[in-house]
Amino acid sequence: MHDFVQYVTSYLGSDKTPGAAGNIFWATVYVLLVFVGLSVAVIAMNWLERKILAHMQIRLGPMRVGPHGLLQPIADALKLLLKEDIIPEGADKVVFRVAPFIVDLAAFTVFVVVPFGPTHAITDMNIGILFMLGVSSLSVLGIVTAGWASNSHYPLIGALRSSAQMVSYEVAMGLAVVSAIMMTSLGGNGTLSMIGIVQAQQAQHEWFVFKFFPLGLVAFAMFAIAMVAETNRAPFDLPEAESELTAGFHTEYSGFRWSLFFLAEYSAMIAVSSIAVTLWLGGWLRPFPNWLSGSTWDMAFSFIPGLSFLFLGAICFYNTARMPKHPLFRIQTIGLAGFGVVLALIGLVLFYGPVRLWVSDIFWFSAKVSVFMYLYIWYRGTFPRYRFDQLMKVGWKVLLPTGLALLILTAIVGMRTELVAQVREVLR
Amino acid sequence: MNPPVANPYFFYGLAAVMIIGGILVITRKNPVHSAMALITALLAQAGLYLMLYAPFVAGVQIILYAGGIMVLFLFVIMLIAIERNMKERQFNKQWLVGIIAAGALGGLFIAVYTTTTQGRVLFPEGRVSYVESDNTQRVASLLFDLHGGTYMFAFEIASLLLLVAIIGAVVMAKKRI
Amino acid sequence: MFDISTLHYLVLGAALFLLGVIGVLTRRNVVIVLMSIELILNAVNLNLVAFSRYWQGIHGASALHGQVFAIFVITDAAAEAAVALGILIAFFRNKETVNVDEVNLLKW
Repeated sequence: MHDFVQYVTSYLGSDKTPGAAGNIFWATVYVLLVFVGLSVAVIAMNWLERKILAHMQIRLGPMRVGPHGLLQPIADALKLLLKEDIIPEGADKVVFRVAPFIVDLAAFTVFVVVPFGPTHAITDMNIGILFMLGVSSLSVLGIVTAGWASNSHYPLIGALRSSAQMVSYEVAMGLAVVSAIMMTSLGGNGTLSMIGIVQAQQAQHEWFVFKFFPLGLVAFAMFAIAMVAETNRAPFDLPEAESELTAGFHTEYSGFRWSLFFLAEYSAMIAVSSIAVTLWLGGWLRPFPNWLSGSTWDMAFSFIPGLSFLFLGAICFYNTARMPKHPLFRIQTIGLAGFGVVLALIGLVLFYGPVRLWVSDIFWFSAKVSVFMYLYIWYRGTFPRYRFDQLMKVGWKVLLPTGLALLILTAIVGMRTELVAQVREVLR
Repeated sequence: MNPPVANPYFFYGLAAVMIIGGILVITRKNPVHSAMALITALLAQAGLYLMLYAPFVAGVQIILYAGGIMVLFLFVIMLIAIERNMKERQFNKQWLVGIIAAGALGGLFIAVYTTTTQGRVLFPEGRVSYVESDNTQRVASLLFDLHGGTYMFAFEIASLLLLVAIIGAVVMAKKRI
Repeated sequence: MFDISTLHYLVLGAALFLLGVIGVLTRRNVVIVLMSIELILNAVNLNLVAFSRYWQGIHGASALHGQVFAIFVITDAAAEAAVALGILIAFFRNKETVNVDEVNLLKW
């Protein structure tokens, strides 16, 4: 027993991730935390998407189920669990059952290397970014087998279109990622590990999105477009649009199996946003590291997590005051006030010293990923859908040449001193 | 430094997944089932590469093999009509000769791996543990270094090979209009 | 038995190679023959990487020639799979069959 306690406490205060330090207990704890956090994030995304999309379309969205629809995701989850499980008649039973799990496996395994802080990752692989790109490309297999196993026209066409689209945009993603990785080697050792990439941005005192302006920005924009296409979201959602293909490859999936696809889609969105945040937006680093530098500014920025939760609590209280004063709304009013109190308490806890320092990395990373999630919802509410041939044209004829040009230009600009010296030596 | 305690369990587990996957590949009637068994075998192989402290090769295996080549296989399986083929005979007429030939090859392997010359076995033990924290950098220096890169030429030839393969595949599979 | 040595990996590679050879020699469906060839290439890769680790023990951490060779083999396998499947599609378009023993147009 004493050995176990010593095993657990020997990791605290270490400067490595649990995987790198070899501590299985803390690695399991981190895995469970990431899993729980991801589930909460997907549930929150469900509610946020419906509300934000509704407000963009000048309507209110779900308002009935809880106060302002806050319990709507739970009602959705209950409905999906209780629905009848239909397997189409000619479907290949084994493959039909296995396909959602392949997509989920691919979507969840990537979170092993996502860095929430310098030691707040499950592990830090030497090939971090390669692992993330590779495992997220395994979801194509799940989609292809799901469409094929459904033994029906719409899913098959939807699956083939979706996988062709994902494979095409993976190329563009890879080129953008490579040009960002090249920037890590400017400080000394280039690295593929996710924590190393953020530390390279910290050492070079510049987020890669602003480096070699406009090359970093164009690479970031390319990746932002390719990642929306990679996750089959608007405006690239032809394979799963309801007006085109009756939900594409997951047409024949109902109830719990459909919710697995839904979970995988939102997890993949969070995963590729994490890649974008780590590679270009400085991961867990706070904004304005150069312009507002110094330890007082560091302390001022570390109050922002607590302040943001207090702000959310204040919004809840304001809406509680605006609730209708009808006796039937009493439970909802109390529920909303309770939710506001919980948020305010979390904000107050985050003001406490040691918690403040430890949580600020995770907060900045999550805040940046949340900005990307809002962008995803914004795109869905704003852009019209691409037709499939326009989609493939953009992927191959626009993004691929841009990526190649970006790669070459980044290499030339990054190595300009060596190149100039080499040319001078040749001309001598 | 001692290797981690669970090492043999991981090896035997991954080896069992690979062997079972391989057996399923060659015995299934439905090519899609074979393809999925092959995907599991390839992912188990990536795990074995990680055990051999080769993380870059494991990453390349997952991206290229499991995420690229197998997607290609699945696309082609869907383009050809396999229902009619699944009702036909699956094993060809020379299956016995094939198995005897494979058995002879297996006997050769066993004979080679169990030779002991003057009491020494073939691969005496060296327990090394190199951390793989710079595996990618070392592979890159073998491939790309200006003065120490032994495989730079092979790398360029491989890219030419891929170009030829792309053009060949497009020419052969496109529609004749 | 419980100390994993190079020989363990070599025996596993040999077993996979045998499974691939049996698949190539006994199956009629071309796609499954191609998948058995991929099994053979994987067995060879496992051998190469196992030997690279053995070599690292003798010559230091930079002796990664086996791993580089394995990367080239994977690249090669991708090129070969693409071309072979192209041939398969072209042949299927003409003859409507995917059995290897019906590819006998040159038989007299």
